[in-house]
Amino acid sequence: MIRKERLPVLEGLVLEEDYSLTLNQICRICTVHTEHVLELVEEGILEPTGTTVEHYRFRVDSLRRVQISCRLQHDLGINLAGVALAFDLLEEIEQLRNKLGFEEGD
Amino acid sequence: MEYKDYYEVLGVDRKVTQDEIKKSYRKLARKYHPDVSKAADAESRFKELGEAYEVLKDPEKRAAYDQLGANWQGGQDFRPPPDWDGGFEYSGRGFGQNQETAFSDFFESLFGQRGAADFRSSPSRGQGEDHHARVFIDLEDAYQGAERTLTLSAPEQDSEGHVRMKERTLKVRIPKGVKKGQHIRLAGQGNPGMGGGPAGDLYLQIEFNPHSIYRVEERDVYLELPVTPWEAALGAAVKAPTPEGPVDLKIPVDSSQGRKLRLKGKGIPGKKPGNLYVVLRIELPPVSSKRDKEIYQKMAKEMAFNPRINLGV
Repeated sequence: MIRKERLPVLEGLVLEEDYSLTLNQICRICTVHTEHVLELVEEGILEPTGTTVEHYRFRVDSLRRVQISCRLQHDLGINLAGVALAFDLLEEIEQLRNKLGFEEGD
Repeated sequence: MEYKDYYEVLGVDRKVTQDEIKKSYRKLARKYHPDVSKAADAESRFKELGEAYEVLKDPEKRAAYDQLGANWQGGQDFRPPPDWDGGFEYSGRGFGQNQETAFSDFFESLFGQRGAADFRSSPSRGQGEDHHARVFIDLEDAYQGAERTLTLSAPEQDSEGHVRMKERTLKVRIPKGVKKGQHIRLAGQGNPGMGGGPAGDLYLQIEFNPHSIYRVEERDVYLELPVTPWEAALGAAVKAPTPEGPVDLKIPVDSSQGRKLRLKGKGIPGKKPGNLYVVLRIELPPVSSKRDKEIYQKMAKEMAFNPRINLGV
């Protein structure tokens, strides 16, 4: 207990919505290869702005999408088309849940 | 330590084939995958499944596990037999690439500690990998900010070059105004670098604990507020809770069911703060006395109201 009390409190940087990432940053942060990220772009799972690979800028929620797709691929053995489908369906479920609003039970 | 019934976890009989084990695992893994499932215990269920499958998918490990006998019950106090040879070499990982996933003591007593052999290739320069973790906060924390103590484990090289998992504890400030899914970067708090390289960064992803009365969409917060029919019809001033404390709320005259009242800027704070939406839910008073009945009868007689008028009947 006492040891915990003495821990310094770390302050981080909140990555706001307007924060954008380059291809290299995404690869570094998520520890994935460039080719993998480009495959996600090709499949429409990530939608960067910019017309050439060097100019790609990714929204910060791409971090979450890259990680989720890695996990789904690894844990459930589904391919990228399946991952893309899962994302679409998950988004639709989320929207429906929100529409249902308060009726949504636990 | 507790005995784990891996067959029970996978929902299969002890006699099933390897194929059936795989099938059952795949089915349950899809159901409880934490990225897919909304079940509160999805993450722990998924870890349990991973551990059970790690043992039963491997005929050698399965045979060793079966040797313990079929008379054990899940949760029963367990100690490995004295002649047990836990000489298994293996590597595996649980939920995603997060290295904080550890198998149970039961697993480790039988098959040894999980190896640290499957880390993804580190970038050159010996820089430590970036580490990711999820932090669960309450909606109120997003209004006020909070401190969270996290325990993370990361690989560390000992003097002989062996890689072991080492736990460390961090205290982190969650600033106010964060929303679901947002990332916080803590520079230099990721995995330590190898060979004197710099440490990676730590990325925390914010998740909200489900709230009993509020619903959150981005920075907007929704509250369903029960009102009486006369408050809705005649207008009223009522007390309503908000994550920052109760407020006086004016219900406009002739409000209908589901009317949305916006409290501008009372959602999650930020550069563009969200709104708090109060959604009215008209509650019908029960008929619990003769007097109640008389009032309803009076309304029936004196109010010309047909809610089915649009149905043409």
